[in-house]
Amino acid sequence: MSVLVVAEHLRGEVRPVTLELVTAAKELGGPVAVAVIAKEPGSIADSVNVEGVDEILAVAVDQEEFENDVYEQALEQLLWERDVDVLLLGFTVNSMGYGPALAAKLGLGFASDVFALNGEGGSVVATRAFYGSKVQAEVEFPGHDRVLLLLRPTAWPPAEGSGSASTTDVSVSISGSRARHEEFVDVATGDVDITTADFLLSIGRGIGDKENVPQFEELAGKMGATLSVSRPLVDQGWMPSSRQVGQSGKTVKPKVYLALGISGAVQHLAGMKTSGTIIAVNSDPEAAIFNVAHYGAVADLFEVAEELEKLY
Amino acid sequence: MKVVVCVKQVAALGDEVEFTDDERDVDPDFLDYALNEWDTYATEEALRLTEASGGEVVVVSVGPEDVEDCMRRCLAMGADRGIRVESDEKLDPIQVARALVEVVQGESPDLVFTGVQSADAVQAATGTALAELLDLPRVAVVTKIELGDGKATVSRELEGGLVDIVEVDTPALLTIQTGINEPRYATLRAIKQAEEKEIDVRQPGDLGEPAYRVRKMFVPPKGEGAEMLNGSAADVAQRIKEIVEDKKT
Repeated sequence: MSVLVVAEHLRGEVRPVTLELVTAAKELGGPVAVAVIAKEPGSIADSVNVEGVDEILAVAVDQEEFENDVYEQALEQLLWERDVDVLLLGFTVNSMGYGPALAAKLGLGFASDVFALNGEGGSVVATRAFYGSKVQAEVEFPGHDRVLLLLRPTAWPPAEGSGSASTTDVSVSISGSRARHEEFVDVATGDVDITTADFLLSIGRGIGDKENVPQFEELAGKMGATLSVSRPLVDQGWMPSSRQVGQSGKTVKPKVYLALGISGAVQHLAGMKTSGTIIAVNSDPEAAIFNVAHYGAVADLFEVAEELEKLY
Repeated sequence: MKVVVCVKQVAALGDEVEFTDDERDVDPDFLDYALNEWDTYATEEALRLTEASGGEVVVVSVGPEDVEDCMRRCLAMGADRGIRVESDEKLDPIQVARALVEVVQGESPDLVFTGVQSADAVQAATGTALAELLDLPRVAVVTKIELGDGKATVSRELEGGLVDIVEVDTPALLTIQTGINEPRYATLRAIKQAEEKEIDVRQPGDLGEPAYRVRKMFVPPKGEGAEMLNGSAADVAQRIKEIVEDKKT
């Protein structure tokens, strides 16, 4: 089936999720086209010309960076002109801004945070999680000729190898953008770069209270670890975002990742699951972190922390 | 100014789960309900904006009478009134947007807020779909709002610790991210007063075809899983130390 991938790019560089989408598109059989919507699509088009891509649609627009009205209008016009069965976007902040809107406008089949696909038999079946990832479901799209899916980043390996795609310039008319990019601000810079640490001691919601943070800072110091955190601690203002591991924070790959009181939300796992050795301590035996951990302990994290203190 | 906040009652599973006979959903007996975490931030943000400049906060939700519990929580936080769109159906996010559109339009709000996503379904779709149906400008995943004249400057939280500063024309719909503020707790008195606040009930219009249909729901297959460290806390700590020493170099 005919698949159109929408390339995601930032500051002139293609984002990794784009090549993951190509891998997913290939699984559906193809042909695979990639739409590059940019002020100067050329250089981005080059970096998505990987094995498995049949055609690159270079869509030149006035805007240098992502704006949701621009993407929505451009894709709507592409869908009028092109034969597309499945439209694949990353489950990213950019896509959240226009994907569901396009699906609502055109009455497309739709699902997001999809992490597995099956295209056998000519129609798409997508797998996604429900109820806080405790269960999963296969969903289908009866009555829809076209389906728009937002795929979970890091769920597919990136497509590689140089491709031989043809490039087609496509012109679209954009009638204004009501939410305009002004500038980027990097808010996650801080005293410590958690992405270069060999050993991260990472704490989560399980620590319960802001007053418990210093205890873990001290423990991390004793163990020779750098302290990192999951999102709730940043949301609460207990720790700066420079320390945050996960999709909205930093992606880390230390030799050892010791997670205390982190249940393992999907967005957190995406930011640390490729760590060398993952050790997780959590009081909930069903915590999702145990699915990616190499070693796990169902235990009270304070008791374990206290015992660790004694050993160092 | 008037802000409409769209909220959802989310369902959480405990440790045990059983499925309905058709295996397309979880048996409701195994579910607990609560106000979606993102929506508490959206409600708080609406309250802060209207408290600063005067105005009204209207909470809307789609569902059976039960969802009024979580709407009352928003009313206890300080929202002025509620509107519930009646529905017993299991709806996808685009259908929820269709159910909301008429009610929100009828309020002619200056701003519409939703949470970025719901904790149970994680589609991150209702807000943006609703903006489309309302023909409103929108920004998804907002962590800061500064109101201007006919526009607002907002921070859009991208991946990897990057923020995109966006100028958006208003009225607009914004999907609100956790951490944008510190949601207040309702006092007992406010909870009592919220009982008296009005929740209007409306019937939905045409919800259209479902965007998807669940074919089969199941418990995820267990992977290899972690090697479990057993014993006392002291035993676990000892093993952690050994593993760390072995692996970190």
